[in-house]
Amino acid sequence: MNVIEASNLVKRFGNLEAVRGVSFTVREGEIFGFLGPNGAGKTTAINILCTLLYPTAGEAKVNGYDVVKECSKVRQSIGLIFQESTLDDYLTAEQNLRFHGYAYAVPRDVLESRLKELLEMVELWDRRKAKIRTYYGGMKRRLEIARGLLHRPRVLFLDEPTLGLDPQTRRRIWDYIRDLRKRENLTIFMTTHYMDEAENCDRVAIIDYGRIVVMDTLEALKDGVGGDVISVRTEDNDEAMRLLVGQYKLTPSMRNGVISFTVPRGEEFLPGFVSGFPVPISSVGLARPTLEDVFLQVTGRSIREQEADPMHDMKQMVRGRGRGR
Amino acid sequence: MVNFFRSVRVIAHREFLRFIQDKPRLFSSFSMPLIFLVIFGAGFSRLIGQIIPDVDYIQFMYPGILCMPILMTSVMSGVSVVWDREFGFLKEVLVSPLNRSGVLAGKAAGAGIIALIQGSIMLAVAPFLNVAVGPRTVLTLIPLILILSFALSALGLLIGARMRSQQGFQLLMQLVIFPMLFLSGIFFPVAQVARWLEVLSKLNPVTYGIDAIRQAFLGAEVAGVTVFGHTMGILESALVVAMVGAVFLTGAIWVFNRRD
Repeated sequence: MNVIEASNLVKRFGNLEAVRGVSFTVREGEIFGFLGPNGAGKTTAINILCTLLYPTAGEAKVNGYDVVKECSKVRQSIGLIFQESTLDDYLTAEQNLRFHGYAYAVPRDVLESRLKELLEMVELWDRRKAKIRTYYGGMKRRLEIARGLLHRPRVLFLDEPTLGLDPQTRRRIWDYIRDLRKRENLTIFMTTHYMDEAENCDRVAIIDYGRIVVMDTLEALKDGVGGDVISVRTEDNDEAMRLLVGQYKLTPSMRNGVISFTVPRGEEFLPGFVSGFPVPISSVGLARPTLEDVFLQVTGRSIREQEADPMHDMKQMVRGRGRGR
Repeated sequence: MVNFFRSVRVIAHREFLRFIQDKPRLFSSFSMPLIFLVIFGAGFSRLIGQIIPDVDYIQFMYPGILCMPILMTSVMSGVSVVWDREFGFLKEVLVSPLNRSGVLAGKAAGAGIIALIQGSIMLAVAPFLNVAVGPRTVLTLIPLILILSFALSALGLLIGARMRSQQGFQLLMQLVIFPMLFLSGIFFPVAQVARWLEVLSKLNPVTYGIDAIRQAFLGAEVAGVTVFGHTMGILESALVVAMVGAVFLTGAIWVFNRRD
């Protein structure tokens, strides 16, 4: 079943087209990610899906509800964690959660038990009486995750969920998210410009200049690069090269005494290769292509190069406008 | 409709929580009016003498002074949507299923509750100024304060609905709040000043709110705004404020409901 269906979404701000015809579907229980540099249109797309912006053209359904015509039903059924905190700094953690519970009409008795359960899950139960002002970044994000789940949404939207957090906190947050998905069959839609964060997705759409450049499972995307890079050191490299070309029909290359070649699904290829290869092998290595390699291949740039793109500042501005409300 | 009232309740509750937890704001809202009362009172009362028999300048000024913290806090709680927007909390509200008109009405309702608290605290000064406060006065004051606070927070909301940053605040204070304060007849009877000042004061909706509240304390003799030869009674003045407030709130809701 599809939880999110978007077709030909377009969003223009004046002359600038932030999203230029984006279509995709997200299945129930899936972790789906938009990966792209800052200003690629990710946040604008998420804002359309969560009813903060109207699309200029195209349509989208979340949980079967139209994001333009049935926005209050969409709102009731989704949870959101934005890249910047949306907590009330002057209230306590508990007051923030209660506000959310009342706003989403969570029944009182359910609210009490959910409150405790979620605060314990994100390890903030002891700090529930503290004002948010006294929280640091990671705690705020954890609390927001707890809050986003309080009304049992069917989809959780995460906009750059771990932006600006230290690696340890990022890992912990991802532990929660994966755990949640398992327990509640939650669908997760996220945006990120961190390659390693996108590794948590089942499927990724690489988005660049407002368009989806490529969209597939992580495995398929990486396989698209041409498979895995295997590097071996053998006792007789010349003989090994001959065999690899002749018998294995591969295109190996040798550098500094290491032979390397690309095969699809390297981890399946390797065990058989090692046990069956006639020339004794002294060392073997397998490197998976990274999303960075995928991004480089499909956009022709690395994601970091693009950060310095002159278009970047301009788009950032537009995004700021969209984020305002 | 259920959603509307729930929205009002939820938002008003939050405004109230924030107010009582923000002690500095609570105290600072009283400092200015009390300073005005003491300085102006001590400075002018002997000079001016009695406005009418049995009502001296301090007594004349007091009802307006009582409204000062209400005025400031109400406008500010309306404008606080700008803070909410800047610090992100507004987004939590906007993506929630809360009804947006209800959210704004809730802000105004929260301001009303806060105004009542401020009004009661200001009432404690009355005995020291020989201003009589009977049960009837108090009962009349409650709706009047609510109406005044409603209109002013609606004005604040209208201003804040499209404002993106706090940079306009200084301007807002100088161009809206202070003129409204000083042209509201708090410090002088609007009928006894220069013609241009009188006209400006009569265009200021706050004037009618202050006037109604003054009538509640001192009776109709000392107050009453005369418009086109008709002197407004307590009810008429209150009605003017309520209507202006309704217009402001409708405007704010309209601006707020527009989505890009």
